[in-house]
Amino acid sequence: MEHLELFFKSIFVDNMVFAYFLGMCSYLAVSKKVSTAVGLGAAVIFVLAITVPLNWLLDQYILQEGALTWLGPEFADYDLSFLSFIMFIATIATMVQLVEIVVEKFSPSLYNSLGIFLPLIAVNCAILGGSLFMQSREIATLGLALNYGVSSGIGWFLAILAIAAIREKIRYSSVPAPLRGLGITFIITGLMAIGFMSFGGMLTGGDETEQKEDKAAAEIEIIKEEEADKSLADNTKVIK
Amino acid sequence: MGLLSKKDSKLILDPLADNNPITIQVLGICSALAITAQLKPSIVMAISVMFVMGVGNVVIALMRNIIPSKIRIIVQLVVVATLVIIVDQVLKAYAYTLSKELSVFIGLIITNCIIMGRFEAFALGNGPWRSFLDGIGNAAGYGVILIIVGFFRELLGSGTLFGFKVLGDPVEKTGLYALGYENNGFMVLPPMALIVVGIIIWVQRSRNPALIED
Repeated sequence: MEHLELFFKSIFVDNMVFAYFLGMCSYLAVSKKVSTAVGLGAAVIFVLAITVPLNWLLDQYILQEGALTWLGPEFADYDLSFLSFIMFIATIATMVQLVEIVVEKFSPSLYNSLGIFLPLIAVNCAILGGSLFMQSREIATLGLALNYGVSSGIGWFLAILAIAAIREKIRYSSVPAPLRGLGITFIITGLMAIGFMSFGGMLTGGDETEQKEDKAAAEIEIIKEEEADKSLADNTKVIK
Repeated sequence: MGLLSKKDSKLILDPLADNNPITIQVLGICSALAITAQLKPSIVMAISVMFVMGVGNVVIALMRNIIPSKIRIIVQLVVVATLVIIVDQVLKAYAYTLSKELSVFIGLIITNCIIMGRFEAFALGNGPWRSFLDGIGNAAGYGVILIIVGFFRELLGSGTLFGFKVLGDPVEKTGLYALGYENNGFMVLPPMALIVVGIIIWVQRSRNPALIED
């Protein structure tokens, strides 16, 4: 149940792109065509699935306060969490290189479709963001960390897939000249984010404070949804 | 501008408008959007990025001849990560609540594409002084957008600036609220950041048609 909740929460409610704007740079730059978007999205899922559990282990056994007790009782006071940025980014950069080498060696076809995106990913904020959120939300077990990595990757994948499909279509509509390209992509992403906010009411479990927040959020959302529907309707009119 | 030659001042002024890192080069959007619900975090973020970029560009420019090109990304990441840790520790020491508010986004300065982009495009090929100016200029261009977005989102969303109630008190119905004005709570929600940036791009490109994409 815990797993299922985290899974849906990371994909829809806490979507990396729509709720936290992580990985926006590559999201905007690589979403002109659906096929490249799929490649990058798959690479993000892949790398998140590897780095989040790995960084969870690092956090749990090296960085956290008192994490070093397995070395001996005299290490109990050590708190290395200020090093987490540099450790996480080093893990990510080396893992990406390693994955690139391994994939190139064992599966040239996968490398051809995924490979060119891998170097891009080392500096994608979604990857580091995944690890940092995993740390700040204090995810409890390795399994949950893996789940979190995969599901937030899927959320990112969905977002870039959707925007790429919209951008392919929107080429045929008459967008005002100054908005063409980047401007309209921002505004569409904003509208999609409004749509995704309606998933906020989907959560059921969790502790009491969370439910309270959800209730308040849901109330705002009902009002927002009406606006969102209206603007979406306007938008489709424009597209037609 | 007695200190700076014409070429040098161009380095600072260009990114402020026609070569803005956010609206034209499309770099560093991630952190620009998430923390702009209020003016104060936006300004803190802008200053942090300016520090990291200015110092980082100088460090990379000083080391540019001894970094092997194969591992330069990792070297760059280590330099940025070190600087970001300094920023993070200073914020935690002197502005704890603010650092909690900015949560992971201070850490995400590491992967802010503006910084890596300027390292790659400028600091690896230029001397320390010019790189420093370039870093400061680009960080200022980034900061300007952040502050504009933060200003409008806080003013329209909560009716405050830096936490001061500039439009009157919504509970006691003073100021503008006496006339029936309501805060647009929508402005503080994440999606509106995207739309505000979209509108800034729209305005900027309408004023300067040379920037329009086809």
